[in-house]
Order: sequence, then structure tokens, then C-alpha cells
Amino acid sequence: MAYSFDFSSLLDYTPVLVDGVATTVGLTAVSTVLGVALGIGGAAARTSTVKPLAIVVGAYVELIRNTPFLVQLFFIFFGLPSLGIRLAEWQAAVLAMVINLGAYSTEIIRAGIEATPKGQIEAGASLGMTGPQIFRYVVLGPALGKIWPALTSQIVIVMLGSSVCSQIAAEELSFAANFIQSRNFRPFEAYFLATALYLALAVALRWAFSLIGRRMFAKGVARA
Amino acid sequence: MLDFTLWDILSNLLLAARWTVLLSLIAFVSGGIAGLLLLVARVSPVPPLRVAARLFIEVFQGTPLLMQLFIVFFALPLIGIETSAWTSAAVGLTLFTAAYLAEIWRGCVEAVPKGQWEASASLAMTFPEQMRHVILPQALRIAVPPTVGFSVQVVKGTAVTSIIGFVEVTKAGTMITNATFQPFLVYGLVGLIYFALCYPLSLSAKALERKLNVAR
Repeated sequence: MAYSFDFSSLLDYTPVLVDGVATTVGLTAVSTVLGVALGIGGAAARTSTVKPLAIVVGAYVELIRNTPFLVQLFFIFFGLPSLGIRLAEWQAAVLAMVINLGAYSTEIIRAGIEATPKGQIEAGASLGMTGPQIFRYVVLGPALGKIWPALTSQIVIVMLGSSVCSQIAAEELSFAANFIQSRNFRPFEAYFLATALYLALAVALRWAFSLIGRRMFAKGVARA
Repeated sequence: MLDFTLWDILSNLLLAARWTVLLSLIAFVSGGIAGLLLLVARVSPVPPLRVAARLFIEVFQGTPLLMQLFIVFFALPLIGIETSAWTSAAVGLTLFTAAYLAEIWRGCVEAVPKGQWEASASLAMTFPEQMRHVILPQALRIAVPPTVGFSVQVVKGTAVTSIIGFVEVTKAGTMITNATFQPFLVYGLVGLIYFALCYPLSLSAKALERKLNVAR
């Protein structure tokens, strides 16, 4: 039995696919901003001299990095309502992605912070800067520059990982593919196209981040 | 209504976790073999092989595992291969693992000083001989910690196979939730089982890395 491919039947579903791509991009954008912010805070806490804080953040990082994103998502979406926290699909998806990216970026940014030469921190202190001032004006910028490629890779992974959010009925790109194949009974074509779109998104995301990196860190980003 | 004790839930999850472990092992071993072939192609002196390997890696690192699994699941029957959730999960995860391991190992091969390539070439070694006797033994040493670290991603990746209907610990968790209406407890336990599997791997990756850094 020869199978004849028919990608033309996907054309009718262009609006569904556009919506799916837009939702995936939106989910990724929001959780990137919040997740990296959480990561900066987490890295500051983990490298701080306040021991209990460093331990709590360390536990959070290990717990998230050693469990699958899908289970984190299910726990948030299906589990939290029994504590009275009821979230919409997209809210649960964003929360899960932020918590996930937050843990990974904490580790990544921490590595950048720890690579700061000691002399720079001493120089900041000798100018009368407070701890937070040193972190903000001396340590953070070069640290982000150093780990920018690693952070980019992690954000791409989170974007790709968001495909499992279809399982809680968040209407992103893989949800769109699933919807289409349930209508036109052409699963291979639908998933193939969605996969190609993900690949394009991943390439675009990498490109955008290397552009941002070059703008933000004048001295250049460490090469991947 | 039936009552489920904590032990009922936990024992069923642990039984399902066997399949998580087995699938992880299969994916890691066969992905390692495929990854090695891919690595050799990626660093080989034959341009078409290099390009093909690079393309394979880019595609698998630039697309979601879920989509890869769906494509394998729906494409195998198109070329006449009867497929089950088991085979699709194993094939999909193997390809995914191969792509990532090949890229990790390429970094290790490139960390071998260029003089080693030149020295072995000047001894009239062919490419396979260079790889076998000079490059891979040295690359292997630095490849161990990141490889162990990546095994965590493989274990976590098996969770996604629940979506194509493979019954491992996540899928079992969903089924048990549907029977007990205790998602908080069940998914909490599922998460802890994954943690128990992955955390030792993470720790040993870290320990191996520290050991390597001391040795150098």
C-alpha cells in the first residue's frame, strides 16, 4: 500500500497554525522574561553569604532539574487545585515554564557570576559600593555576557519543551497540529509541518538572541 | 467506591517505573551507539557525511521530542512497519539521544589538541586509525561527566513518551489519578520517583567532573 502525501489539505487550517505559532511565541516570550529574572534572583541568592537562602534555592534548582517538565506541568495544573489554586491552561503553562527556566538559568547565571575575577569585586568595594551595587553594576553584566550562549540554548529547550503544554489543552503549536489531524485524519502531514515550524522558531530564536547579545554586551559574547 | 491506600498507589507507580528505567536504558545504549556513528560522520574528512550528520543533529536539537515521537509513530506505518507505542518510543528516544550525544562528544573530540591529529597523520595513520588509537581514547576521558549528565535528560525524556501512549510512570500517574482523584499526591509521588532516579545521576556527573578537573 503506497501512501500519497497530501499537504494541501493543511492550507485550510492556516489560521489554526498561525494561532498556534503565536501562542508558542507568546508563552516563550513571557516565560523567558520572567524565568531569566527569576534566574538572576536565584543566582544572587545562591551566591549570597546568607546560608539558609542559598540552601533553599539550591534545593529548588535540584528538584526542578531532576524531574521532567511534563510532571511539573501536571502537578501545577492538576495538583494545585486541591490546595485551592486554580489556574487557566495558559497560566499553568507559563508558571511551569517560568519555574523550569528559573531553575536552569539560576545554575547557568551562577556559573557566570562565579567566573568574575575577585579583583573586580574588591575594586567595587574600594569605591564604596554596597553589595547589591557591586552585583548590579560590576558582576551581573559581564556574567550574563559570558553565559549568553548557554542561556540561549536553554531558552530554545524551554520553547521546544512547551510543546507538551498541549497535554493540558494550552492551545499552542502542537495543540494546533493535534487539532488539525483530528479533523483531516492526516497526522503525519500535520505533525511534519508543526515540526518544521518549531525548527524555524528555534533557528529564529537563536538568531535573535545572538543579535541581542551583540548589542547588549559591547565587549562581545563568549563564543558558543 | 474503591479505596486506594498510599501503598496501592506507590506500588503501582513503582511497578510502572520499571518501564521508565528499561526505556531509559534502551534509549541510552542504542542512542550511544548511534551517536558514536554520528560523531564519526560529523568529524570525518568526507564533506557529504559531515554535512548530513550536522543536519541530523541540527534538526533533532531544533525540534521538540514530542514532535519527533509523533512523527516516528505516524511515519513508521507509512513505510510498512507495524508500530507500537513501545517501538515508537524506543526509536524516537534513540534518535533524540544520538543527536545530543554526538554533539556533546564532538566538543570533547575538538578539545583534543590539534597536534595529536597532525602527529598521528604524520605517522601515516588513516582516519579510522586516528580515531581509534589517538583521538577517541583521549576524548573519552573528558566525555564521561557530560555523558552521565545527559543521561538525566534521557530519563526525563521518557516522560514525554506517555503522550504517545507508552505506559511508564507518568502515564501510570495519570491513570491512577483518574481512578483516585488525588492528583496532588500522585503527581507528587511521580515527581519524587523521577527525582530518585535522576538525582544520583546528577550527583555522579558532578563528582566525575570534579575528579577530572583535579586530574588536569
